[in-house]
Amino acid sequence: MLIDFFLHLKAKKLPVSTREFLTLLEALKEHVAGNSIDDFYFLARTCLVKDETHYDKFDQAFGEYFKGVTKLPGLDADIPEEWLKMLMKKHLTPEEKAKLEKLGWDKLMEEFKKRLEEQKERHAGGSKWIGTGGSSPFGHGGYHPEGIRIGGESAGNRTAIKVWENREYRNLDDTVELGTRNIKIALRRLRRFAREGAEDELDLDGTIAGTARNAGWLDIRMRPERHNKVKVLLFLDIGGSMDDHIKVCEELFSAAKSEFKHLEYYYFHNCIYDYVWKDNRRRHGERFPLWDVMHKYGEDYKVVVVGDATMSPYEILQPGGSVEYSNEEAGAVWLQRMLDTWPRAVWLNPEPERLWDYRHSIELVRTIFNNRMFPLTLAGLERAMRELNK
Amino acid sequence: MRFEGTNTYVATPDLMLAVNAAITLQRPLLIKGEPGTGKTMLAEEVAGALGVPLLQWHIKSTTKAQQGLYEYDAVSRLRDSQLGDEKVKDIANYIVKGVLWQAFEQGKPSVILIDEVDKADIEFPNDLLRELDRMEFHVYETRQTIRAAVRPIVIITSNNEKELPDAFLRRCFFHYIKFPDKETMGRIVDVHFPKLKQNLLREAMEVFFELREVPGMKKKPSTSELLDWLKLLVAEDIPPEALRSKDRKTVVPPLAGALLKNEQDVHLFERLVFMARQNR
Repeated sequence: MLIDFFLHLKAKKLPVSTREFLTLLEALKEHVAGNSIDDFYFLARTCLVKDETHYDKFDQAFGEYFKGVTKLPGLDADIPEEWLKMLMKKHLTPEEKAKLEKLGWDKLMEEFKKRLEEQKERHAGGSKWIGTGGSSPFGHGGYHPEGIRIGGESAGNRTAIKVWENREYRNLDDTVELGTRNIKIALRRLRRFAREGAEDELDLDGTIAGTARNAGWLDIRMRPERHNKVKVLLFLDIGGSMDDHIKVCEELFSAAKSEFKHLEYYYFHNCIYDYVWKDNRRRHGERFPLWDVMHKYGEDYKVVVVGDATMSPYEILQPGGSVEYSNEEAGAVWLQRMLDTWPRAVWLNPEPERLWDYRHSIELVRTIFNNRMFPLTLAGLERAMRELNK
Repeated sequence: MRFEGTNTYVATPDLMLAVNAAITLQRPLLIKGEPGTGKTMLAEEVAGALGVPLLQWHIKSTTKAQQGLYEYDAVSRLRDSQLGDEKVKDIANYIVKGVLWQAFEQGKPSVILIDEVDKADIEFPNDLLRELDRMEFHVYETRQTIRAAVRPIVIITSNNEKELPDAFLRRCFFHYIKFPDKETMGRIVDVHFPKLKQNLLREAMEVFFELREVPGMKKKPSTSELLDWLKLLVAEDIPPEALRSKDRKTVVPPLAGALLKNEQDVHLFERLVFMARQNR
């Protein structure tokens, strides 16, 4: 049961797994939730969705799916019949159940459809939807999403449908789902362990040496534990010609975010000039001078620039060449300055490597970066990480 | 056992359902949400409402998964052996029990709070997978297996500083505590200040929600800051009228320091107020 629902979520690219689905079924079996669709919505969400960034996707998929239920009579193929039957039976009185038996399921659905159409007109006329409930076997159909919405809840009683229809979590959905394992593994090459911080591990060799020197009196030596201390500064080109590459960039970003402890990121457009920004919605209100960024992050940061470097050569070579505003110094000056601050830097280019020679601006950036430009593919990523580790 | 909220904690229906699902199916519950929405409080309230002990494990960047199980204090054993202490013969004297061990040997239900799991190293959640799944672990030093007779209720909070591994997430229930809307917030304030004058409350809430709308705020004021601010307003006996001046955009609310915790935010806010005055 509910398998179609599960597959629907899967088709909508929610990262749901069988294990979580079985948990949901177990929860239903244990009667964790009541029988209303609201409770079911909350329960399904808590079991299947493990990240608030997916809430919005889930709301949409759930709404779509259970809206499908209202269209039931026309579309028997897509609808989980048992689910609907079960849901309805739960709310029926014994007489209604008897009637249901008498009518038979097909007949009932037909009538249900008729009733629905009628209902729509009546709703337009301003009379209420749930009120008809008492006499009809469909009265409690009010639980299906359409019904609740039209019915209008009493004020203050917030129902789930409002949550999923309002899509309150839309803002949270800014990352890509976690299909990024390969990228993570590639990035893992960059890990570098070093001893730093509090001394909380016994240095056995040091202790033995020290004790020996003390003629047998114990001399305990401690040392800090090994940590992954790689620090990464990410600059992402956004907008314009980069729109074609949004997906792969999102994947890289989402992988990098979970892989490094010290990860800072900034956005730029086409080429890096005096300003970068952190939030694309407020890019004009909230900008960070590149000078500040250079002063803030020391040379132990490794810099990864992601961009297609596809622009007019003037944007790199000429002061005032920026497409956005009049820059006092040319992009090349800023890029060189960055490389002076952070000697370990690579440029990842989502454009295929074979096209690089045909674009003048790519050639320019590549020269400035001393040939450390790599394609944004798994292989390219590995080469880039090896370069950064040198 | 069911959790229905308490006198001092307002739980929304979806939160209650998530908690009850975790209790019934005995799986860990992962709680996320804006800072100050009561994530840590939840564990205390669940333990209080169910009348079971609460064991807290606050995670720091240096915390290791092993510390939650047990630690073998080799250094003091080494030192004791130098001094010829009798204790040294039994290794069990140097095993220090961690939070999970303590919970496992309770023999009755308990609540474990693993607070701010995202503070720890990336590998931390993965290291606890089996222990939280099977509720058992092996002590190599004494060759014994510690198993929970009654599975404890595990509540894990995260501030989203790091993403958690998929394998870990799959084993948990998840709930994101949304910032309360005006109505829920009213109930929360009622619970904390039952005698607060109705109109003072209303005015204060409006000021508060307007403040949250100011764009570019580094740290938006949260529920716990609202409660602090109300406490101050009540203590100072500020009349409701003071909050709602004729032209409210042009006045800094009294005692705003309780709401804005970041000097950049205070500057931003003062600048906005100043601009509003200019435009008048």
